[in-house]
Amino acid sequence: MFTPLVFASILPEILILVLGILILIFEPFWKEDQRRNAGWLTAGGLFIAMIVSLLFGRPGEAVTVLGGMIRFDWLGFFFKMLFMFAGAATALLLMDHDRAGRRGESYVLLLASLLGMNLMAVSSDLVMLYLAIETASIPLYVLSGFLLNDERSTEGGFKYLLFGTVASTIMLYGFSLLFGFSGTTNLSEIAAMFTTGNISPFVGFGVIILLAVGLGFKVSLVPFHFWAPDVYQGAPAPIAGYLSTASKAAGLAVVMRLFFAALPDFASTWTLVFAALAAITMTVGNLLALPQTNIKRLLAYSSVSHAGYALIGVVAFNQLGATSVVFYLAAYIVTNLLAFGLVMAFSRITGLEEITDYAGLSRRNPFMALMMLAAFLSLAGMPPFGGFVAKVFVFAAGVQANYIWLVIVGILNSIIGVYYYLNVLKYVYLYRMPNEDEEQHPVPLTRPYTIALVVLTIGVILVGTVFAPWFSWASDGAFLLFN
Amino acid sequence: MMNFPILSIITFIPIAAGVLILMMPAGRKNETRAVALAAATLDLLLSGWVYLQYLTQDMTGYQFIEQYNWLPQLGISLHFGVDGMSAPLVLLTGIVMFTGVLISWGDDNPHVMAGIQDRPREFFAFLFLLAGGVFGVFVSLDLFMLFFFYEIAVFPMYLLIAIWGWVKTREYAAMKLTLYLFIGSVVALVGALAMYWVQYQNTGVLSFDMLVMENAGFSQAFQNAWFLPVFFGFAVLGGIWPFHNWSPDGHVAAPTAVSMFHAGVLMKLGAFAALRVGVMLLPEGAKTWAPLIMGFAAIAVVYGAYIAFVQTDLKYMIGFSSVSHMGLVMLGISTLNATGLTGAGVQMFSHGVMTALFFAVTGMIYDRSHTRMIPELGGMMKVMPFAAVGFIIGGLVSMGMPGFSGFVAEFPIFMGVWQEQWLVAVIASISIVITAAYIMMNIRKVFFSPMPEHLEGHVGDVTVLDKVAIVTLCLFMVALGMFPSIMVPMVETGVGYIMNLLGGA
Repeated sequence: MFTPLVFASILPEILILVLGILILIFEPFWKEDQRRNAGWLTAGGLFIAMIVSLLFGRPGEAVTVLGGMIRFDWLGFFFKMLFMFAGAATALLLMDHDRAGRRGESYVLLLASLLGMNLMAVSSDLVMLYLAIETASIPLYVLSGFLLNDERSTEGGFKYLLFGTVASTIMLYGFSLLFGFSGTTNLSEIAAMFTTGNISPFVGFGVIILLAVGLGFKVSLVPFHFWAPDVYQGAPAPIAGYLSTASKAAGLAVVMRLFFAALPDFASTWTLVFAALAAITMTVGNLLALPQTNIKRLLAYSSVSHAGYALIGVVAFNQLGATSVVFYLAAYIVTNLLAFGLVMAFSRITGLEEITDYAGLSRRNPFMALMMLAAFLSLAGMPPFGGFVAKVFVFAAGVQANYIWLVIVGILNSIIGVYYYLNVLKYVYLYRMPNEDEEQHPVPLTRPYTIALVVLTIGVILVGTVFAPWFSWASDGAFLLFN
Repeated sequence: MMNFPILSIITFIPIAAGVLILMMPAGRKNETRAVALAAATLDLLLSGWVYLQYLTQDMTGYQFIEQYNWLPQLGISLHFGVDGMSAPLVLLTGIVMFTGVLISWGDDNPHVMAGIQDRPREFFAFLFLLAGGVFGVFVSLDLFMLFFFYEIAVFPMYLLIAIWGWVKTREYAAMKLTLYLFIGSVVALVGALAMYWVQYQNTGVLSFDMLVMENAGFSQAFQNAWFLPVFFGFAVLGGIWPFHNWSPDGHVAAPTAVSMFHAGVLMKLGAFAALRVGVMLLPEGAKTWAPLIMGFAAIAVVYGAYIAFVQTDLKYMIGFSSVSHMGLVMLGISTLNATGLTGAGVQMFSHGVMTALFFAVTGMIYDRSHTRMIPELGGMMKVMPFAAVGFIIGGLVSMGMPGFSGFVAEFPIFMGVWQEQWLVAVIASISIVITAAYIMMNIRKVFFSPMPEHLEGHVGDVTVLDKVAIVTLCLFMVALGMFPSIMVPMVETGVGYIMNLLGGA
C-alpha cells in the first residue's frame, strides 16, 4: 500500500510534518532571544523541501492514490510549490515581528496550515477535502488572533473563527447533499453519477449555492468578504499577507477541482453564478479600496477584488481559463506577499500604517521605494511586472469564452485600481515628510526582510517577463482538469 | 548582417542603462549623467545606422527581422522588424532620447538651476525605461509585445511628471494622463484579444504575430465593430479630438525632457499603433470609419490651432499646437490613400523633432527667467541668440514653410485629403494661417520685443550642451526640408505595404 508512488505523492507533506516536529523538539532548548531562529529553520527547511520534492516528488501521469483520497498530478504539484514558496517567505517575514516572531509555535502553526493547504490542492475526495480545509483553517484562526494584548487582533481572530466555522458548516451541508445525491464522496465518481443520473437542475443549483457560500468565504468573494479587512488589519502582518495569498489561492484551487472535476454537467449554472460573483467582487472590492486611508485595509480590499479577476478564468471554463487562473494566482502570490512584506517592514520601523505616512519613503530608503513600485504596479497590472501578463491571460480567457461583458467589468475595475495604486506611489515618490529631513529618518531593513523582499521582487519581475516556463507548468496542470 | 539583433539591442540598451543607473551610488550625479549620455549616444548611433541601412540598401517591407519564441503555446513571440514607416520613428526616438539627456544634464550654477537637480538617478532610470518601451512599440511585429511595450512606455510618465513636474499641476496632470492612456490601451487590448480569437476560429492558428493576423480574414461586420475601439484606444495617445485633453495638461506639467519625449515621441506611439493595429489589421473597418476619423482629425487641426492662438502660456501654446499638428497626422491616416499616408509618416517625424525643439527652448527660457507667460517675456534674442534661432527654425517648420521638414510633410497630407474630400482640405488649411499667426506673434513678443525690466540682468545664455541639442534637432529639420529624398521614398515603401493591405494602391 505504501508504494514509492504514494510516497512521492505526499513527499512535500511528509517533509513539512518533519519540519514542524523538528521545531517542536528544538524550541524548548532555545533561549528567548534565539527563538526567532525557528524562522530560518522554517524558511530553509521549506526551501529544501521544495528542492527535494522537485527532484523526487514530481508527478507523471495523473493518478489517484491512498484509496482515491489524493490525486497526484501537475496541478496539485504546482499549487504545492506555490504554497511552500509563500510559506517560506512568510516565515522570513515573521521573524522580525515583535511578538509573533519570537515564538516557535507560530512557525509550527504556519506549517500546519501549509500542510492543510497542500492537501486542499490535491484532494479528490469530499472527506479528504473537508479535512484539508479545516487543517488549513484552524491554525490560521489561531494565528490571526495571536496578539493577545491587541484588541484588534483578538477581535479579528474571533471574527474569522466565527464566520469561518459558519461558512465551513454551510459548505459541509453542500458536501453532504452531493454525497446524498450521488452516493459517493469521490469527486470523479460524483461527476459520473451526475452525468448518468437525473438530478433536477433546481437541486443542482441549490448545491452549487451552498458550495459557493463556503468557498466564497475562504476566497473572500463579495458578499462573503466582510471579515477580510478586519482580520487583515488585526492579524500579525505576515499572517495577513499569507491569508490574502496562499489561503486564497488554496480556496481557488478547491473551486477549480470541485467545479471543474465534479460538476462539469452543471457548468451552465455555476459559470453564471461565478460570473455574477466575479463582477460583484471586483467592483465592490475596488470601490471599497478607493477611500481607504490605512494601507493594510487598502491591500485587504484590493485582495478582495483580485479574487474577482482570477474568477474570470474560472468562469471561462476552458483550458486557457484554468491555466490563466493558476498563472494569475502565481503572479498574485508573489506580488501581494511583496506588498504586505513592505508594509510590514515599514510599520516595524516607524510604527505607522496610514498611506500618508509613506511620504518621503523614496528618500528614506530608495530601494524599498523601488520595491513598492514593483509591487503596486504589478497589482495595478502594468508591465514588466507579473500582474500585467496575468491579467491579460485572464481577460484573454474571458474573451475566448465570449464573456465580453465580464471582461469589460474587469477592465473598468482595473482602471479604478490603477488610480488607487498610483495614489500610494504618489506618497512614496512625490510627497515629502513634514519636516523634509528624510535623511534623518531612514527605514533600514533587517536581513530576513531583505532576503524575502528581494526574492519576491525578482519573482514579480520574472513572472512578468520570462513567463513561458510558469505558463507551461500552469498549462500542464490545467490540462488535466479537462481530461 | 541580417542576423545581428540590432533592433533588440536598440530596445534593451535604455532598459539596461536604466537598471545600471539605478545601481549607482546616489551621490554620483555626474557619473549618472555620463552613463545616461553614453547610452543615449549609442542608441542614437545605432538607430541612425538602421535608418541609413534601410535608406541606402533600397529595402522594402520589413527588415532587420528578429524572432524569438516567448510563449509558443499562445503564439507570443518577440518579433521585431522595421519598415519604411517605423524606421524614421526609431531614429526620431534616438534623437529625442539623446537631446533629452543633454537638456536634463543640469547646470549646477544655482543662478540657473536648469536641468534635473533632484534625484537624477531615478529620473534617468524612469526616462530610459520609457524610451525602451517606445523603441519596443515601434519595432514590435507581435501584438502582445506591442502592448507590453506600450504599457511600459505609459506608466513611467506618471512618475516623471508627478515627481519632477511643475509643482502646481503635476499631480492632477500626471493622474489624468495615466488614466486616459490606460483606459485607451485596455479598450484597444480587448479589441486585440477579440482579433486573436477570431483569427484562431478562422484559420486555426494561435498567434499574436501581426504579419499572420494581416491574413486572418476578419469579416466585414467584425472589422466594422472592432475598428473603432482599437483605433481610438490608441489614438487617445495620438491626441485626437475629443480625447486630447489630457495632452496639453501633461505637456505643461512635465519637466523639459519629458515634455520633449511626450510630445515628440509618445504621441507618435499612439498614431503609429492606431495605424499599425487599427488600419493595417482591420482595413475594411478603416474604410468604413475613415470619414468619421477625418472629421475628428479636421476638428483637432483647426480647434487645436485656434486654442494655441489664444494661449498666454508658452507651454500651453506648444501643447495645443501639438494637438493641431498631430491632428494632421490623423488626417493623413484617415485619407487611406498613398499621398496622405506618406504625409502622415513624414509629419510624425517632422513634428517629433520640431516639438522637441520647442519644448527644449521653452524649458531653457523658463529655467532662466522663471516664467512661461508670454506677456511677461521679451528680448530673448539678445541674451540667448542660439536658442532664439532654434525656436525660429522650429516656428518655420511649424508653419509649413518650404525648405523645412514641415512643408515636406504637410503638403502631401493636404493633397491626400483633397483627393478624398476637398472641403475638409479647405477647412483644415485654415490652421496653416492660424499657426503662422501665433508662431510669428509669439516669436516677436518673446524674442524681439524689449526685455521687461524684471528680467534685465537675470537671464543668461544657454549652456554648450543645450546648444548641441538645438543644433542636432535643427539639423534634421533643415536636412529633411532641403532633401526630402532622404526620407520620403522610404516612407513611401512603408505606405506601399499598407496600400496592399487596403486592397490595391
